[in-house]
Amino acid sequence: MKTNEVPQDKSHLESVSREVYYAVDENGEYKKALSSGWDVKTIALENALEEIERRVEDAKRRVLENKTSPIEYYMELHKMDVPVLASYVGIWQWRVKRHFKPSVFKKLSAKTLQKYADVFEVSIAQLQQIKP
Amino acid sequence: MKIDFTHNQSAHCENGVVSNLMGYKGFKISEPMVFGIGSGLLFCYIPFLMVNHAPAITYRAMPGLIFKRFAKRVGIKIQREKFSNKEKAKARLDENLRKDNPVGLQVGVYNLVYFPDEYRFHFNAHNLVVYGKEEDRYLISDPVMETVTTLTEKQLEKVRFAKGAFAPKGHMYYPIEFPKDLKLEKAIVKGIKHTCRDMLAPVPFVGAKGIRKVAGLIRKWPKKKGVKVANHYLGQVVRMQEEIGTGGGGFRYIYAAFLQESSKILKNDQLSELSKEMTEIGDLWRDFAVDASRIYKNRSALDDAYNKVADQLNTIGNKEEAFFKKLKKAI
Repeated sequence: MKTNEVPQDKSHLESVSREVYYAVDENGEYKKALSSGWDVKTIALENALEEIERRVEDAKRRVLENKTSPIEYYMELHKMDVPVLASYVGIWQWRVKRHFKPSVFKKLSAKTLQKYADVFEVSIAQLQQIKP
Repeated sequence: MKIDFTHNQSAHCENGVVSNLMGYKGFKISEPMVFGIGSGLLFCYIPFLMVNHAPAITYRAMPGLIFKRFAKRVGIKIQREKFSNKEKAKARLDENLRKDNPVGLQVGVYNLVYFPDEYRFHFNAHNLVVYGKEEDRYLISDPVMETVTTLTEKQLEKVRFAKGAFAPKGHMYYPIEFPKDLKLEKAIVKGIKHTCRDMLAPVPFVGAKGIRKVAGLIRKWPKKKGVKVANHYLGQVVRMQEEIGTGGGGFRYIYAAFLQESSKILKNDQLSELSKEMTEIGDLWRDFAVDASRIYKNRSALDDAYNKVADQLNTIGNKEEAFFKKLKKAI
């Protein structure tokens, strides 16, 4: 890639910082060059974010249909998966998965609920009540 | 307190932290040099592991390895500390700052407040330097950012104790012992040999073989996983390859820059020619990304389009195999 070919497209990062590329100048020497963004990867990032949004919406719908607990909804909202969430709350993965069951979730102790609430930075009331 | 520390922006965080910490100690060493000597270049498909709900592919060595190998090969010693206690982690950091010693920290990106929301994922192998403290704000030099920034005590604690894969556990590190002058020649040769070995490894999911393996997987995705999932997977491949920190073309340009610099140090013209060849391979990776993006942009999944990008990847795999065979002989 030549220095003048370094992409200067719009991106989510450009307001904060440009990023470094390594590119060849007119004398064939490698130099650092700054890029504001590249559409090719911005689209990939946007698609990934859309996918997360879809997962959040899907989880929310299933909470309202009483098919899963709000824990799964908050997990998706925080871009987590089960291994990451389990690591944050310090609870085994299989137990976290069990807490997705609405019937199990209803019986959770205040102590366990508090652990989840702390990780998601919400109150226990917010954790228990998802608004449509 | 503020340490007189020079912030140099880099493509990748780990190389950048090493390069900047070395610079503070009076050793001028470029980011590509750290990357090359530390054998940072790689290709690896990790079977069964899913990242962001897509197959895990990496274009570089495991987090932390680059610095470890670099230190060993140029003969510097690194002090590393991990903590289970947050208070202790903070106390040790403050102690170092009081002694005018800037330190590298491993952190999680998800709670790094100066990143835009869109970039905040649960990725725990980011690196930055703390070079001072003013009132309750730490002075931060994040190598991928154009300028320096700050974080409050609370904010820094949160990212130092992020959880999940590669949890940093407060990981703090800094170089402590140095040779009189750095002998780069031998280190470069070692670094290159190691990379050749990795890229030519007789393992189906590593190096050139790994690239062709992923090409084969891409061919099957639309039929096996459906259009939507296949497009998501393809988007993730491009992100691993091109997202911030790679310097473009899945680290291939940084490596080409390393070969160019090495050709001068070792007085080996062949390396300069090979640098040009690596640049061309980097360009092929970029072309692959452009064509892949056409697929996931239009959300189409003509079998043909998938076969076409798979063919491109196959060609790259063959070229890299030939390239590293030549590089092995050139050194």
